[in-house]
Amino acid sequence: MTKPEFVYVTYIQTTPDKLWDAITNPEFMKQYWFGCRCESDFKPGSSWKLVYPNGDITDSGEIVESDPPKHLAIRWRNEWKPELKAEGYSLCTFEIEAVGKVTKLTVRHVIDREPPSKLIEAVSGGWPRILSNLKSLLETGKVVLENK
Amino acid sequence: MTAEDDDKVFKALADASRRELLDRLRRDAGITLGELCEGHDMSRQAVSKHLALLEDANLVVAIRQGREKLHYLNPAPIGAIYSRWIGRFERERIQALENLKQALKESKDD
Repeated sequence: MTKPEFVYVTYIQTTPDKLWDAITNPEFMKQYWFGCRCESDFKPGSSWKLVYPNGDITDSGEIVESDPPKHLAIRWRNEWKPELKAEGYSLCTFEIEAVGKVTKLTVRHVIDREPPSKLIEAVSGGWPRILSNLKSLLETGKVVLENK
Repeated sequence: MTAEDDDKVFKALADASRRELLDRLRRDAGITLGELCEGHDMSRQAVSKHLALLEDANLVVAIRQGREKLHYLNPAPIGAIYSRWIGRFERERIQALENLKQALKESKDD
């Protein structure tokens, strides 16, 4: 049985350093993440949380691995919806790799349990919107979708 | 996406068997070629050929894990199609709601 997992691969016209900054800089993040920001120093073992514009903490966890500007792994649990929180911790990883003149971003979000997972279903709806905004913002300076 | 990338996506999608493989990967993320062949009326060779086309269009991602290659549906190219043709309307709808909210607020202030 395969684990519930979401995978997203996109090629962005930017550099690995700029992409790393885009996924770890809260002010930049707000522009493509519908006003949300991650609070963390992105060092292994540090705490991590996802904060909504109104200050609510929707997800939290810790940084498992961090190797700028190539690799980031976050232990991630939803704090907002009881049925998602009950599923426990998931693992979200970012892989950044220069491919020719562009940068390849691979986002994987997996949970160690039998399918189906409501958390993975929820993030499967959210990630494409966030990541398509991120790509658009880095390439054109504008986001595609402004509201959630 | 370049025009050439777009062509690859639409060509890859213009085949019922390949769309069936995408449906299967949406249901069962991270399966091997062998597992993917189960339940499909196609030879392993045909599945492998279709997969190569889907991978080339970035619609499928293969991730190596040990000796196995695991396959995933990648929503990015279809997401880009959505943003290009539908995203604009969504933005306009949000703007229309904002305008309505503003208009209601103003009429209340009068």
